[in-house]
Amino acid sequence: MGICQALHKQGSFMYSDLNQRLKADVRLEEGLQACMNCGICTAICPAAEFYEYDPRSIAITVQSGNHEKIAALLESDTIWYCGQCMSCKTRCPRNNCPGLIINVLRKLSQETGAFIKSRMGRQQYLIVKSIGANILQFGYCVHPTSLVPATHPEQGPVWRWVYENMHEVYAAVGANLDGDGPGAMRKISPTDLKELHQIFKVSGGLKLYQTIGHFSQLKAIELGLTDENGDADMEKYTQYLLNE
Amino acid sequence: MNEPDMETKTKIRWSEYNKEIANDKFFYLRSCIRQNFNPGAEKVFLSILQNKLGKEVYDDPHHTTCSGIGYHSDIVPFETFQTMVARQFSLMTERGYKNCAVSCITSFGGYNEVLSTWKEFPEELEKTRENLLKATGRTFEIPENLSHACDIIYKFRKEIAAQAPYRLINKETGEPLKIVDHIGCHYAKIFPEKGVGGSEYSRVLTGMIEAWGGEAVDYPERRHCCGFGFRHYLIKNNRSYSISASRKKFESMQPYQPDMILTNCPGCNMFLDRWQYALAQIEGKVYGGKNGIPVLSHEELAALVLGYDPWKDIGLQMHQMDVEPLLDKIGVEYDPKLKFTGVKGQYINEPEFTGCLARTD
Repeated sequence: MGICQALHKQGSFMYSDLNQRLKADVRLEEGLQACMNCGICTAICPAAEFYEYDPRSIAITVQSGNHEKIAALLESDTIWYCGQCMSCKTRCPRNNCPGLIINVLRKLSQETGAFIKSRMGRQQYLIVKSIGANILQFGYCVHPTSLVPATHPEQGPVWRWVYENMHEVYAAVGANLDGDGPGAMRKISPTDLKELHQIFKVSGGLKLYQTIGHFSQLKAIELGLTDENGDADMEKYTQYLLNE
Repeated sequence: MNEPDMETKTKIRWSEYNKEIANDKFFYLRSCIRQNFNPGAEKVFLSILQNKLGKEVYDDPHHTTCSGIGYHSDIVPFETFQTMVARQFSLMTERGYKNCAVSCITSFGGYNEVLSTWKEFPEELEKTRENLLKATGRTFEIPENLSHACDIIYKFRKEIAAQAPYRLINKETGEPLKIVDHIGCHYAKIFPEKGVGGSEYSRVLTGMIEAWGGEAVDYPERRHCCGFGFRHYLIKNNRSYSISASRKKFESMQPYQPDMILTNCPGCNMFLDRWQYALAQIEGKVYGGKNGIPVLSHEELAALVLGYDPWKDIGLQMHQMDVEPLLDKIGVEYDPKLKFTGVKGQYINEPEFTGCLARTD
C-alpha cells in the first residue's frame, strides 16, 4: 500500500465515527452544553484578534454534528490557532468552553492523522521533540539546557549569561540544579522518572507521542524527505517544519 | 432598602468571590517554568512561610512536572495528565499532608480541572486510580485544600506587612508606588470561584499591593492574556502571537507610568520581562521605567518588602529588566557589586546588557 493510500485509509476510518469519538471525551460534555451562537467567545478571544479564527463557529460546527464539516476542521489550521488562555470559559453565558472543545478536536486530529494535513497541525511533531522529550528525559516540561540562546533570541542577554554560567548562577540563587534531594531544578531520581514513564505507558501518553511520530514519518515520505533507503529522514522533516 | 440590608448584600456578594485558603501544613508543588527562570522566587516563598510566618511546608524531591504544558499543547492526553496529577496527590498523601500549595498557574488550573472532572465524572477518577495503581502501585487521597502560592501570600499579606522593613512607597516623594498587576489566565478564568476576587475583579495581587503601601493601578487590558499560548510560544514560527499579546498589554499600561508589574504566574512573569526586551530590539520602544518596567512575582515582592537580599536570596539578577530603579525608590539596601557574583561572592562575568536597550553612555 502506498503512503497516499495509507493516509487515505486513515482518512476513511476517521470519517466513519467522528461524532461518537468526540462525544467519548468527557471534556466535550463539559465544554459544550448548549451554544446559542452569541459570539462572546470570539469577541474576547486573543487568537481571534490575531488569526482568522472564530471559536463561535467551531462550537456551532461541533454542535451540528456535521461529519464533513468536522472532518474539515480536523484537517485545518483552524483548530491549532487557539492559545488555550480559556478566556472564552469566563465569558460564555452558557458556561461552555470552546478552548476545551479545541482540546478534544486536537486529540482526535492527532489520533486519526488529520493533523499532518495542515501546516499548524504538523508542528505537533516539534512539540513532541521538545516538551515531550523534556518530560521523559528530565521529568520537567522545561530544562535550562534545552533553552539554547541561539533558538531563543527573545530570551535576551541575561538568559544568555545564565545559560553560559548555568551551574554557578543557579547555585548562587540557592537552586539545586541537577543535584540530589529537594530544591529548584533538582535532578529527578531514576526511580521517580521510571514511575513517570510507566504512567505515560499505561495511560496513553507514549502512544500519542508514537502516533504523532508515525503520521509525521508518513508525511516526511510523502514530501520526499527520505534517506538513502527511502525511509523518513526526520531531521530533514524537522528543518522543513521549522521553515514551513 | 435600609442600610443594614445593603451591608449584608455587599458582604454576600464579596463572599462569592472569596475562596478558602488553608492556614498551615502545605505540600509544595513546584513549577517547571519558575524553577527555570526564577528559582529564587520558590526559595523565598518557602523561607517566608517557614521562617517569617512559622508555617509547615514540605518540599518533596520526588514530585515531577505535572506535564501541564504538554497537556495544553496537546501532546499529553487528558488521561495521562490526570494520572500525573494523581501521582502528585499520592506523594502528598504518603507524607501525611492534605493541603497543596501550587507554584505554577498552569498546574493550578490543571489540578482544578482534574478535580472538577473527578467530581462530575466519578468514572474518570476510578480510571485514574486504576492507571496510577497499575503504573506505580500508588494510591492517593484528594486534597482538602488546593491553593496557589499567591493565595497563601494574599492570606498572610497583613502579617507580612507587619514584619516588613520596607513599604511600597517612594522614599523621595512619600507617594505610593504605582503598580499594575497581571493575573495568569489559568488562575481564575477557567474556575472563577477558585481565585480570590474571581476572574473579572481579581483581588489576589491588588490586595498585596495595598497591604504593603502601594497603589494598585487598573488599566484597560488588565485581563488580557500575556500571550504564552502554549504551542504559540513553543514553536518559534508562531511567537509573533505571543509578543503581540504582550505588546497590547504594554501599550495599555504605558499611560499610567507604572513603577512595576506584579504577576502571579511564572510564565507571564518571564514573558512580560523578556518581551519588553524583544519589543525594544524590534521597535526601539521602551514602555516605561529607566530602561524597562521591572516585573516581579508575588513571592519576589513579598521577599523584597521583608528585607531579603535581592541577589543572593531572591535572585532578581535573573530578570532581563533591571530592578535597581524599583529598589532605589523603595529604599532597599543592596550591594550593586554582588549582582553578578557566584556562590562564594566572586565576580562571574555579566550579561552583555540588562534592561531593554544597551546603554550608550
